[in-house]
Amino acid sequence: MPEDLINSFMTGPDEAGRFGKFGGRFVSETLMPLILDLEAEYEKAKTDETFWAEMDDLWAHYVGRPSPMYFADRLTAYLGGAKIYMKRDELNHTGAHKINNVLGQIILARRMGKTRIIAETGAGQHGVATATVCAKFGLKCIVYMGAHDVERQAPNVFRMRLLGAEVVPVTSGRGTLKDAMNDALRDWVTNVHDTFYCIGTVAGPHPYPAMVRDFQSIIGKEAKAQMLDREGRLPDTLIAAIGGGSNAMGLFYPFLDDADVGIIGVEAGGKGVNDKMEHCASLNGGRPGVLHGNRTYLLQDDDGQILEGHSISAGLDYPGIGPEHAWLNDIGRAQYVSVTDVEALEAFQLCCAQEGIIPALEPSHALAHVTKIAPDLPADHIICMNMCGRGDKDIFTVARALGFDMEGAP
Amino acid sequence: MTRIDTKFAALQAEGKKAFVAYIMAGDPDYDTSLEVMKGLPEAGVDIIELGLPFTDPMADGPTIQLAGQRALEAGQTLQKTLDMARTFRAEDNETPIVMMGYYNPIYSRGVDRFLDEAKEAGIDGLIIVDLPPEEDSELCLPAQAAGLNFIRLATPTTDDRRLPAVARNTSGFVYYVSITGITGAANAVAGDVGPEVARIKAASGLPVVVGFGIKTPENARDIAATADGAVVGSAIVERIGRGDAVEDILGFIKSLADGAHAA
Repeated sequence: MPEDLINSFMTGPDEAGRFGKFGGRFVSETLMPLILDLEAEYEKAKTDETFWAEMDDLWAHYVGRPSPMYFADRLTAYLGGAKIYMKRDELNHTGAHKINNVLGQIILARRMGKTRIIAETGAGQHGVATATVCAKFGLKCIVYMGAHDVERQAPNVFRMRLLGAEVVPVTSGRGTLKDAMNDALRDWVTNVHDTFYCIGTVAGPHPYPAMVRDFQSIIGKEAKAQMLDREGRLPDTLIAAIGGGSNAMGLFYPFLDDADVGIIGVEAGGKGVNDKMEHCASLNGGRPGVLHGNRTYLLQDDDGQILEGHSISAGLDYPGIGPEHAWLNDIGRAQYVSVTDVEALEAFQLCCAQEGIIPALEPSHALAHVTKIAPDLPADHIICMNMCGRGDKDIFTVARALGFDMEGAP
Repeated sequence: MTRIDTKFAALQAEGKKAFVAYIMAGDPDYDTSLEVMKGLPEAGVDIIELGLPFTDPMADGPTIQLAGQRALEAGQTLQKTLDMARTFRAEDNETPIVMMGYYNPIYSRGVDRFLDEAKEAGIDGLIIVDLPPEEDSELCLPAQAAGLNFIRLATPTTDDRRLPAVARNTSGFVYYVSITGITGAANAVAGDVGPEVARIKAASGLPVVVGFGIKTPENARDIAATADGAVVGSAIVERIGRGDAVEDILGFIKSLADGAHAA
């Protein structure tokens, strides 16, 4: 093996689907043949030019790629330090990065002759993206969504229904994203012949973490070219929010072997990362375990029972994290920090006021970390943060948190 | 020879099919669950599957999910499940106990420590739903080295390509899951099952028991007739969940056991 490959961070996962000790295929026997079929189909598609030609065409004309690389000049001046760029994936069709991945998986599903698509969703962004692409291709779509999330993300539930999807509220467990994923897996195990499970993040059994990363890597590939074009060099620091970690993995992956680029993932710190577990910071407050088909860092008690986290952002409200992030954390290639609900809300408002961009609560976490570190960095330090979703879906949650009465407003 | 091997040899000598019953450890509470467990051999149960509660039982239907939740809410832990087995074992040194559940509670405790404790508590075998042959190095191989049976699930999606992998590194018996789906779902149909059982027996050289979807003594008889035994879980757990008296639960189990033994 040439030396540049030995030292590469981009060769994972191995044949068993592992990133170091993380990842793997921890699923029931019923699902094993299905994920092996999917892996074979994905391996074929990866080197198939017609597959990528179809993706590129839809990315350009349906999603609106490439997304802009925006220099946030007022925010930069306000914080008075590093130069801040935003990768504008919130401008994608459906309002977030999620559709990058959904398109890839649905095209694969069509190639595999599957006619029924299932998905889990937390904030509803992945559900909306899946419902959208299913509508476009005339496929049946069933979205599992925690009953608690159905309540706090009503606009997205309506959107999915408009798009023809069946939204199934999940009441098992505590009715959040983790429980939605359990029920999606239960559906898949029952409907193995016609059903494709479209997972929304870089987690689950192999090949999902690698496949979703590859589809989302369009973000990082574009960012790299755009930064070279705008600044003639790569950024010094990448920052992205992490629930399962798909937008972050998509931005980070093409930069993993660029040793001078610092990488920071921002977890949801909820009410603070402490032993009360009112957060979703799996890396900062969890330990390795096995859930949903992969080994990764999980929020769990001493007995290995999975704990429900807390975050103001439904999209980050997941007790695990993609296995590649777990590996990047352990080998030290990326740094993972956390940001609280309150800090994210402050960054949300700052972004609205300074840049005229209403961010989703998820990237507001990334932005909050930017506001912490930018002031102490020199003016020639370039930060690229992933603005992975727009905040329209969050205005009700934010209004409630800020004490604004939406119903009674004049 | 584990207690499982001994049991199947004895049943075969008698020309009888095995009746396997599943209960969730600690459901609805530790004491009731132990009382049910202690009554199982008398009710005709040949092998006990002792469920290990987990917060996220991805292959289980609502009945087993709720049983796990009740057990966890009542304070059940892996330690208490091991204690339950040990207490049972003090009075019964013959009936095999197979612990069935998901990997994380075991991984969290540490595989080596868990295997020592399980062996000491009198556990004979393990069925871990989320450990397919691809992950054998995690627990399957260490468990067999420690003298515990690692019992594999085979399913309708286990085609001839996969069957050798499923049959390798397994012992005790093979559990054929008769439907694609979650526990407690559709009724098993005896006609579909026979050829599958024969295929799995030929590949593994082990007894094959069939579960998923068996709800009545008649189901148990029909299914047992096509295999080496029948497994009932959800139908039993449902009665525990609705608060039936222990003697009624055991009476129902006896009717199922009689059904299976009539095959």
